[in-house]
Amino acid sequence: MHEGSSHGGAHVHRDDEGSKMAMWLFLFTELLLFGGLFLLYGAYRFEYADGFKVAAADMNSFIGAVNTIILLTSSLSVALSIAAIQRNQKRLTMAMLWFTILCGIAFLINKYFEWSHEIHNGIYPGGPALENMSNGEVIYFGLYYVMTGLHGLHVIVGLIFIGFIMNFISRDKITSTNYQKLENAGLYWHLVDVIWIFLFPLFYLLH
Amino acid sequence: MANGSLANDVSYLEYEGKHKGIMGWLLSVDHKRIGLMYLMGILVFFFVAMTLGVLMRLEMLTPGETIMKPSTYNSVFTLHGVIMVFLFIIPAIPAVFGNFMLPIQIGAKDVAFPRLNLFSWYLYMIGAILAIVSLFTGGGAADTGWTFYVPYSIRSAQNVSMTTLAAFVLGFSSILTGLNFVVTIHRLRAPGMTWFRMPLFVWGLYATSWIQVLATPVIGITLALIMLERFMGIGVFDPALGGDPILYQHLFWIYSHPAVYIMILPAMGVVSEILPTFARKDIFGYKQIAISSLGIALIGYLVWGHHMFVSGMSDTSRIVFSLLTFLVAIPTGVKIFNWVATLYKGSIKFSAPLYYVLGFIFIFSIGGLTGLVLGALATDIHVTDTYFVVAHFHYVMFGGMGIMFFATMHYWFPKVFGKMYNEKLAVVACTVIIIGFNVLYFPFFIMGYMGMPRRYYDYLPQFEGWHILSTVGSWILVSGIVFMFGNLFYAMLKGPKAAVNPWGGTTLEWKVPSPPPLENFDEIPIVTGGPYVHNKSTYIMHPSKESINANGANKTVNQEAAL
Repeated sequence: MHEGSSHGGAHVHRDDEGSKMAMWLFLFTELLLFGGLFLLYGAYRFEYADGFKVAAADMNSFIGAVNTIILLTSSLSVALSIAAIQRNQKRLTMAMLWFTILCGIAFLINKYFEWSHEIHNGIYPGGPALENMSNGEVIYFGLYYVMTGLHGLHVIVGLIFIGFIMNFISRDKITSTNYQKLENAGLYWHLVDVIWIFLFPLFYLLH
Repeated sequence: MANGSLANDVSYLEYEGKHKGIMGWLLSVDHKRIGLMYLMGILVFFFVAMTLGVLMRLEMLTPGETIMKPSTYNSVFTLHGVIMVFLFIIPAIPAVFGNFMLPIQIGAKDVAFPRLNLFSWYLYMIGAILAIVSLFTGGGAADTGWTFYVPYSIRSAQNVSMTTLAAFVLGFSSILTGLNFVVTIHRLRAPGMTWFRMPLFVWGLYATSWIQVLATPVIGITLALIMLERFMGIGVFDPALGGDPILYQHLFWIYSHPAVYIMILPAMGVVSEILPTFARKDIFGYKQIAISSLGIALIGYLVWGHHMFVSGMSDTSRIVFSLLTFLVAIPTGVKIFNWVATLYKGSIKFSAPLYYVLGFIFIFSIGGLTGLVLGALATDIHVTDTYFVVAHFHYVMFGGMGIMFFATMHYWFPKVFGKMYNEKLAVVACTVIIIGFNVLYFPFFIMGYMGMPRRYYDYLPQFEGWHILSTVGSWILVSGIVFMFGNLFYAMLKGPKAAVNPWGGTTLEWKVPSPPPLENFDEIPIVTGGPYVHNKSTYIMHPSKESINANGANKTVNQEAAL
């Protein structure tokens, strides 16, 4: 009797509340990771207010705005996918997640053009254009690459996360009664969105 | 009454699931096996770092070159620090005994996320391997000290990037373990186990886990920025590009000071387990001890600036940080006084774990009181960056966490391995360790006060006598440690079988067999009272069977039915 199902190896244990709690805790750690960078941004903006203003004037706020719209839209579609799976609409769930992935890729493509434009102009750490700039501008662009780069990395991680979730949905491992994993992926994607909402004004709008 | 005999269950050590042999361990998601895997890794790294420490002491035996070159010495003290801090002191008690005991103490079958738990172990091993590989690749082992202070860490030609990457990966492992524990404690407590019925070790782990979750990400980004500075020169910490090295120190200590409490809080939790057991008395001031753990965790966040009194901060921030630093003494003092009060009028049974705890209280009090010398601005400026600081943090880190790790190994040894060690030899080893420890590190206080700077390769002749004394102390300490491990290792192989509850402990782990079966409990127990109630059981171990027994059914029939 004791060699039965309860001892069959891995502990079978499902706790949606617990897994949501873990996801929130993990998101706190992500916020703190960016928090260190926000702290640096604040300190250096205070120290080099002028340099930051000059450097920010060069940024293309149009591309930034487009990317903001794209990410906000993708957050909507991820939320809709959760609403769809709750109603047992598998095809709609998948469609919404595909749309989210397309938005994420569009964001990255935009980012690619933006970065390559700046790199082309010699604006990158150690680049020729930075040699003639003041310390404040150098640090502004240093932080710009680190913070948007780290955010871009999170977009990629989010896309992979959603990819796994879609695989689970297609194999019916995630269903209308067991969708906590999808909800966690949604939470993660919202975090990526929220961080961008802070990065956008800091780098593009504050002149 | 239930005595937790699950005779028909094999222990977790012998259980064979889907995978056999070594894979049965490497792929196991059982929290007890993962705890033991951590133990093996951690002990190996402890011995490596201890050897490095002994080599440093040998080098310092006489002035000038003794056994190694100055650059080697820099690498040796960096690695000694990195391995001891990141691979031993931070993970040892939570990862080994937290994993092993936490689910049992709260009456759960496992942690909330067993697979994540295994993943944390792999991250720990990857980080550890990276740290070891960084020794032999690149320009040689990092030589910056374990704090990786900029601008030197940006400019050093040695292999700093890989060492910081190792610390980064280890931080990830630490975050995941903390996250797992927080959710486990919130979600998996047995019925009836309210917050103030949790054992105090669990409280210690709970406070620790929050620090792990909320502080470690900051060191993650700080170390990542060092790597980015080295590879790309982004300039945020590089003064040549307008960056500010003091901001690096802020970010570093925002994590690393709370990390000091990651090291000590679980150790304090174990003290609160061992004392009531060997004093055979309920712990004095249970709630105060529990809440003081959270208090230490909370204040621990606010005091990082005391590492930077001479770095060029403003006077206001120095005074504020100094004041906040003194505040940590309050919850710590609450604990110490409650522990001593627990011993008062207790029916004390002296045995090895209790000797270690008494040694801990003595050593940690010295470490704590000298902390005030460093926390006060005026005296800190006199002894900053001297051997006084080295002595202080060895007293609190090794004397606090290290000695308690040894105590923990002795306290839970019978439960983990189901064997007993030789008590007399354990007490001898403990005595040698405590004596060796003080002979090794106390001269550091004197040298530091006289002006011997830390991290220096060479020194003036007036320090030679103290260095010789200290080096002799290191030999005594190491022989004690080796003797202690010899005793435990022999017991693990050949020791007599241990009883379910050899010490008369009152918490849940002493109600299950030694060693415990795979799923700890065949039925989740019901908790009816606090954890340290002597003379009366506060756990109902077989809820359904006992209700049947109460209805007059025959117990033996039930046990046969269970077969």
